[in-house]
Amino acid sequence: MADISQSRSSGRFVYMSGVVLLCAWVLVPLYFLLINTLSSPEAVNAFPKSFIPEFDLGSLTFFANFAGMLSALKNSIFVAAITMILSIVLGAPAGYALSRFEFRGKETFRFLILLTRAFPLPLLALPLAVMFIRTGIDDTIFGLALIHTTLALPFSVLITFSLFSGIPIELEEAAWTLGCTRLTAFTKVILPLVLPGITASAIFAFVISWNEVFAAAVLTIENRTLTAFLLQNLDTSPLHLKFAGGFILVVPALVFIFAVRKYLFAMWGIANR
Amino acid sequence: MAEIEIKNIAKSFGNYQALHNINLTIHDQEFMVLLGASGCGKSTLLRIIAGLETATSGEVWIGGRRIDHLSPKDRGIAMVFQNYAVFPHLTVFENIGFGLRMQKLPNAEVERRVHRTAELMHIEQLLKRYSGELSGGQRQRVAVARALAMEPDVILMDEPLSNLDALLRMEMRAELKGVLAESKTTAIYVTHDQVEAMSMADRISVMHQGRIAQNSSPVEVYRNPSEKFVAGFIGNPPMNFLPATEVSKGQWSVAGCQFSGPEAHSGAIDFAIRPEDLSPADTGIAAIAKVVEPLGAHLLVTCDVEGHLFRAVLDSDLALRAGDTIHLAPQQDRIRWFDQNTTQAICLS
Ligand SMILES: Nc1ncnc2c1ncn2[C@@H]1O[C@H](COP(=O)(O)OP(=O)(O)O)[C@@H](O)[C@H]1O
Ligand SMILES: [Mg+2]
Repeated sequence: MADISQSRSSGRFVYMSGVVLLCAWVLVPLYFLLINTLSSPEAVNAFPKSFIPEFDLGSLTFFANFAGMLSALKNSIFVAAITMILSIVLGAPAGYALSRFEFRGKETFRFLILLTRAFPLPLLALPLAVMFIRTGIDDTIFGLALIHTTLALPFSVLITFSLFSGIPIELEEAAWTLGCTRLTAFTKVILPLVLPGITASAIFAFVISWNEVFAAAVLTIENRTLTAFLLQNLDTSPLHLKFAGGFILVVPALVFIFAVRKYLFAMWGIANR
Repeated sequence: MAEIEIKNIAKSFGNYQALHNINLTIHDQEFMVLLGASGCGKSTLLRIIAGLETATSGEVWIGGRRIDHLSPKDRGIAMVFQNYAVFPHLTVFENIGFGLRMQKLPNAEVERRVHRTAELMHIEQLLKRYSGELSGGQRQRVAVARALAMEPDVILMDEPLSNLDALLRMEMRAELKGVLAESKTTAIYVTHDQVEAMSMADRISVMHQGRIAQNSSPVEVYRNPSEKFVAGFIGNPPMNFLPATEVSKGQWSVAGCQFSGPEAHSGAIDFAIRPEDLSPADTGIAAIAKVVEPLGAHLLVTCDVEGHLFRAVLDSDLALRAGDTIHLAPQQDRIRWFDQNTTQAICLS
């Protein structure tokens, strides 16, 4: 008896340390980022560190007042939002078609989708820049969103493909026999089932765009997104401003994903059903 | 009143003809079973009746109303699917009430009907659960309850029990039959399991390669198969066949024995007998036992009769070993005859 309970408690110990370790892996860097963001420049450079933030809003205030900061933030949000909408509007129907219909060249089509990720962006950047200038969409939010959509689209097609494939056609058919039209069957049965997944894939597209820096730096000059803007300016900034800049970049993505965590879990829930 | 009439229904998928000119009438409140091997077109026919598939030609009438141009929801049918198709995002209660809510029935009526059908299917205690929290058998009950709650004229079931394990299947079989008889609904039930068909059906339609081979009561299908395919398909082990040669008018020689059979038949014919209609005797068809399988109540003996496979189900007390020769006497009134060319049964008038 004692043996069993001992081995059980030691197993529990290993499990708990695993959990603590993983949490620390994610949380400690974030915490330091937070502390250093909320510290005065002297405290940032000091050693040893204090674990309690000073709530010095100097660095953040600096950014808030930094010329171009707000418009870069606005650009980032717009680009990410357009990317999100485009990749769902284009990606979800493609995913549905791939899952529900048989057509010639289906396999080739799926392969081509993956192939779009085979070429490194730096290779494409120059010809793209030239093309954008010719068509007059260089240095625009929309032009950049197009590039980001290209990056996000393969993921949204493949995610929605697996979502729709996971929903048996019989569910739709059962709904039809129970009094639904094609439209109401879609809204009452299919949509509630795919919505969590679609939301998750939309957020994924948003985050891809939010984090993307190379195309943003190459293809925009006036209308920089936050990443490109910070990259350009932080290089030459003091350490405390680098921390604050990093904080500004990380937090929105975190908050956004935290807000929709329910949907992300639900998506895995469907996959496990 | 919900009599179903299927008139000249045919269906092609591209070049492949899945159904050939099907004609079938299912009477009001009848329990009709469509029985056939996998791929013979049972589901296709059922889905045409449900409106999930469009026939290439032909008509479907329910209760004197032509319905083949209507969408599924306007046909007065409810369907139970093989994989249950219970909506995973709704509770059991909302699943059963789904069709009633679509009809915009008042809340109290929805509740009354959901509770009544849930009680009927013994799932009242599951009403708050989601399909992910149910076993296969429970999901099947929800699917049936959902169909019954609609109080449809016709209930269509496509192999509803085939995903359950054997014991549960037997239990559900009896229960389903009772519930459907009580609900006074006309039912079409698709299965490839002949035991299921025999035990549940008022009438069986045996399907073969997109045609209806025979359409009659379970006993009739078993005793008087209309063609060789049915005789071989129904019954486990299936019917035995031996070639017959005419000796004199109405007298036929089968493996060295004489039997009285059809008079004046042109062309070659087969003698047929069910394995359980044979008994050991001093004279009779001489058979060499190849495999002897004791099955508890019976002895299944696989024999060789002049190079033809021949099975007998005998009393388990019989001492018999592989290699022994045994004489088997058929029960005279159970002998059947089939035309070798047309494979149709030959009636003795
Ligand atoms: N949508 C379809 N497209 C092409 N062929 C089909 C389709 N549905 C069924 N079939 C073919 O029609 C035949 C009958 O199918 P089905 O009615 O499902 O058989 P059963 O239910 O008796 O097993 C099969 O050979 C099947 O391959
Ligand atoms: Mg089938």
